[in-house]
Amino acid sequence: MENSVRRRVGLRAESVMELFVYLSGWSAILFVFGIFFFIVREGAPFLVHELDLGEFFSSPNWRPDSEVRQQFGIYALLAGTLSVTALAMLLSVPLGLGAAIYISEFCDGVTKESLKIVLELLAAIPSVVWGFIGYMVMNPIIIWATGAPVGVNVLNGGIILALMSVPIIVSVGEDALKAVPDSFREAAVALGATRWQLIYRVLLPAARNGLLAAVLLGVGRAIGETMAVLMATGHSVQIPSGILDPVRTLTATIAAELGETVEGESHYQALFVIGTVLMLIAMAVNITADLVVKGIRSEERS
Amino acid sequence: MSSLRAPIAPPGGVFQFTEMAVRKRKTEGRVRALLLALTFSLLIPLVGILGYISWQAWPALSLDFVFQNPRNYMREGGVWAPLVGTFYLVFFSLLAATPIGVLAGVYLNEYARDNWATRLINLCVVNLAGVPSIVHALFGVGAFVHFAGMGRSVLAAAFTLAVMTLPVIITSTREALAAVPMSFREACWNMGASRWQTIRTIVLPNSISGILTGIILQVSRAAGETAPILFTGAVFYVKVADQGFGYYFPYGLGDRCMALSYHLFTISTQVTGVTEAQQYATAAVLIGLVLAVNAVSISFRVYLRSKKKW
Repeated sequence: MENSVRRRVGLRAESVMELFVYLSGWSAILFVFGIFFFIVREGAPFLVHELDLGEFFSSPNWRPDSEVRQQFGIYALLAGTLSVTALAMLLSVPLGLGAAIYISEFCDGVTKESLKIVLELLAAIPSVVWGFIGYMVMNPIIIWATGAPVGVNVLNGGIILALMSVPIIVSVGEDALKAVPDSFREAAVALGATRWQLIYRVLLPAARNGLLAAVLLGVGRAIGETMAVLMATGHSVQIPSGILDPVRTLTATIAAELGETVEGESHYQALFVIGTVLMLIAMAVNITADLVVKGIRSEERS
Repeated sequence: MSSLRAPIAPPGGVFQFTEMAVRKRKTEGRVRALLLALTFSLLIPLVGILGYISWQAWPALSLDFVFQNPRNYMREGGVWAPLVGTFYLVFFSLLAATPIGVLAGVYLNEYARDNWATRLINLCVVNLAGVPSIVHALFGVGAFVHFAGMGRSVLAAAFTLAVMTLPVIITSTREALAAVPMSFREACWNMGASRWQTIRTIVLPNSISGILTGIILQVSRAAGETAPILFTGAVFYVKVADQGFGYYFPYGLGDRCMALSYHLFTISTQVTGVTEAQQYATAAVLIGLVLAVNAVSISFRVYLRSKKKW
């Protein structure tokens, strides 16, 4: 009798537990849609009443506080984000993929593990510390080396972002190389290929998709980074004409200005619309990377 | 890979290398050197940054610096108040994120079937991990500060950080669970145990260390993030008692708090008159905290790998 009661209680507890497991499992969907919902909700009045899509994307004038005529053009901010990200990728892609190849193909045992730990530590440095380094250390170095009037500019932000996105490029890239079956390597070596020929002719084509995904994830990291670019790229809203011009990115604009705005005014809402744009860019990059990786898996299976 | 190295003949040995073979070996050597240089160029910034920051921070760094509150518009004193704030945020964010993240990992690895819904969840986890940190901040402002009525508070900031750490906890939990061999579960099912009993008594105990490693890693991430707490709960300055209960527990859940990462941002860009040594010392404390947590997680992982039984 008592046994059956206990079993019934146990079953009840178990089904409650499983309910929690299911709810948690579905929570990721809830949060992604929640993020979209709340960002769009805060920016909605601006989206509906004031947003002029043409001006928003094509005007370089971001004058949210102007008393004469408020203008909300994010073209210059987009240009800032793109220039810093492009420079960062120019530096970090060769560095990251080179390191991925070296770690995956030339190292083994302790060397491999310690290099991976170094990258993990590099990835662990908080973004505000990177920004601090850009602001305090790189700034005078860049002024001294190039003679530019200000050292917080595209070059500074690009270098900092490159160092921040290298770890993810290396780790995803190394996974992609590891996923190439060993039989490919054995076949190439059996045909007399040197290690460079093996890498260049066999591994790179075979791991192409995974390496592309690595680069895409690096791009995503660089576009979304906030504190480092806020501190390292300067504060002028302009379309850069060279790498020594200071710029302002989308993320830095939100971080710098949201604190000064009041809930409900169009400046506040416009910042949430920028957030929506950022979210869409980030999702596009991530979904593409995900599809590219899935592409390799389905090819392997066939 | 060492077995793939080309055989080296003694000089003037049995056969002469052809011109092509010599060329191949030269390219090989150059490529190797280039890749080595690329890899080690990643070491330089890490060592350089850590070395330079510790060197600059040295004059100001002391136990007093860690355990004293900031004084005189943050120009004197230490980093105790922001440090405690960071502990608060990390603690409450993980308190919120861990159960949801671990259970979600359990769901994805143990319950979910391979269908469209699961693919949608996986896609959402990937996307959640890629959301820019400032967008998390906007979400926190919209959802927790305004909609849920928490205002700018420790709670709102902690929840915002929790949403940010969630996808990584889910992923690392799932990987830890996937490492438990299927035969363990089958053996348990054959004893008549239900699905949840199997998970509770076999799967979780065998993967708990892997799960913990992933969670510890998120401690360092939550401690270092600045953007998500900017508008959800971090504050420029709060007066914190210099002793007693208020020294150790200065913030209520509804209060705004200082945080180490935000403190570093403000004293290096907003407040004038802070000495460089103090700025570097604050950065050193933050990096030290984050790297110490990472070191714990890494050594835990290495230890576990050496102990692996299957």
